[in-house]
Amino acid sequence: MSDLAWIEGALVAARPQAVAALLRYFRDLDLAEEAYQDACLRALKSWPKNGPPRDAASWLIMVGRNAAIDSVRKRSKLTELPDEDVLSDGEDAEAAEADRLDAADYRDDVLRLLFICCHPDLPATQQIALALRLVSGLSVKQIARAFLIGESAMEQRITRAKAKVSGAGVPFETPGAVERAERLAAVAAMLYLVFNEGYSAGADQNERAALCDEAIRLTRLLLRMYPAEPEIMGLLSLMLLQHSRWAARFAADGSAVLLEQQDRSLWKSSLIQEGLALIDKAMRARKSGPYQIQAAIAGLHADAATAEETDWAEIEQLYAALELHTPSPVVTLNRAVAVSKLRGPEAALTMIEPLAERLDKYFYFHGMRGAMLKELGRAKDAREAFNRAIALANTPAEAAHIRQHLDALSVQK
Amino acid sequence: MKCAILCYNDEAAVFSWTKEEDDAVMARLNVVHEKWEKAGKLKPSIRLLPTSAATTLRKSDDAVLDGPYAETKEQLLGFYIIDVDNLEEGLAFARELTAANPGGAYELRPIMIYNQGA
Repeated sequence: MSDLAWIEGALVAARPQAVAALLRYFRDLDLAEEAYQDACLRALKSWPKNGPPRDAASWLIMVGRNAAIDSVRKRSKLTELPDEDVLSDGEDAEAAEADRLDAADYRDDVLRLLFICCHPDLPATQQIALALRLVSGLSVKQIARAFLIGESAMEQRITRAKAKVSGAGVPFETPGAVERAERLAAVAAMLYLVFNEGYSAGADQNERAALCDEAIRLTRLLLRMYPAEPEIMGLLSLMLLQHSRWAARFAADGSAVLLEQQDRSLWKSSLIQEGLALIDKAMRARKSGPYQIQAAIAGLHADAATAEETDWAEIEQLYAALELHTPSPVVTLNRAVAVSKLRGPEAALTMIEPLAERLDKYFYFHGMRGAMLKELGRAKDAREAFNRAIALANTPAEAAHIRQHLDALSVQK
Repeated sequence: MKCAILCYNDEAAVFSWTKEEDDAVMARLNVVHEKWEKAGKLKPSIRLLPTSAATTLRKSDDAVLDGPYAETKEQLLGFYIIDVDNLEEGLAFARELTAANPGGAYELRPIMIYNQGA
């Protein structure tokens, strides 16, 4: 790798902290981004010559701050007097070298930057796009490709999202403990959205799948700053464990391979090890939460050398715990899968029948119901359920999977 | 002379490498590994999981802390055990690693085995 590639890596890694701190100084998203860009340009000139600084983020913050203050001054001579707010830090700019950056400020800065992207008025897709643009620094083109939409449409979406959060007033006061916890929860949910966006990519959608890596990178960053938060450990663990299966999730023709049929030798063991270590550590705190429980479930799957060795009893208990935390018919449906392994299709069917009304439009409900009916030898009912599932399939791969069931039923006859 | 080569780098930067960059670095490092392994001088190499997976136990108050022992700009990411003739040879190995790796630092620390373990 050339020096330049290394510098780019360092710039990408430092970006969240640098933009977040510059946002605290300037209290303006555009100005903070501009300042960061300026600092990067200077880094590309200076680092190859003088070598990279030991603390890239601090360097970028100081240089970016000075550059932005300069440019605001210059512009103000041409146009109007600068806003008092913008220059509030101007006087001590010369003393920037001596200005020690406080680690506690850092963490709240980065959390704030992430939190801004979670504005409740923004739909999920806009939250994700804004975070990828602001925090990760992906280009509009990259984001547009990940979402499979045109560049100008994405540009518009991001501009609108930015205008909305800027108008909403960015929360600059240092958060209290309760507020910090709320922000962490909102940010965790947003990072999980980014991850799921990548996770739902098809076999040939590399750009989109890369969002998984980006979500993992940002969650690692968050956890480094809040190392004692069990739910953040749980979230990172969950992402790592899910992502570890990437290479096994698709067949050569691009169709999805179910967990049970996956070639487990393709699971990435470094990610599994890290995920298991994290969930192990999180559970010591005895503050259970939905991410930890889901990670623990994923961990039990990852830990089984073969599908037959899966600890379904433990998984059922974990789903029961998840039902208490976040009651939802989908969680119950998942629990029923574990029940079917433990106590057979009859018990599972009894468990899911009450969900029929609420999950009537849900592909997996009918697929699961069909599979249970098929096992019980109720071929006619099974066929009905499978037909309903096919009609609700979201992808050709899902439909193809149900069709296999239907074919098997015809053979049975 | 038995020696550990401790590998330090900025964890945030290393984990921000793209897959292609990471693969390229590993490919170059593997060339160095193979050469020294063939010479019988490279013993096991250990890769440490990220510091976010670390837990630290402090004796003074029996506190169990989430995270690594020391918060530093660069983190200990792994280490090699080598068996070389002298420090000069150890440095030659480390220099080859440095050439293959775009950043970071390698610390050579002589070691002795005090318990073979199970």
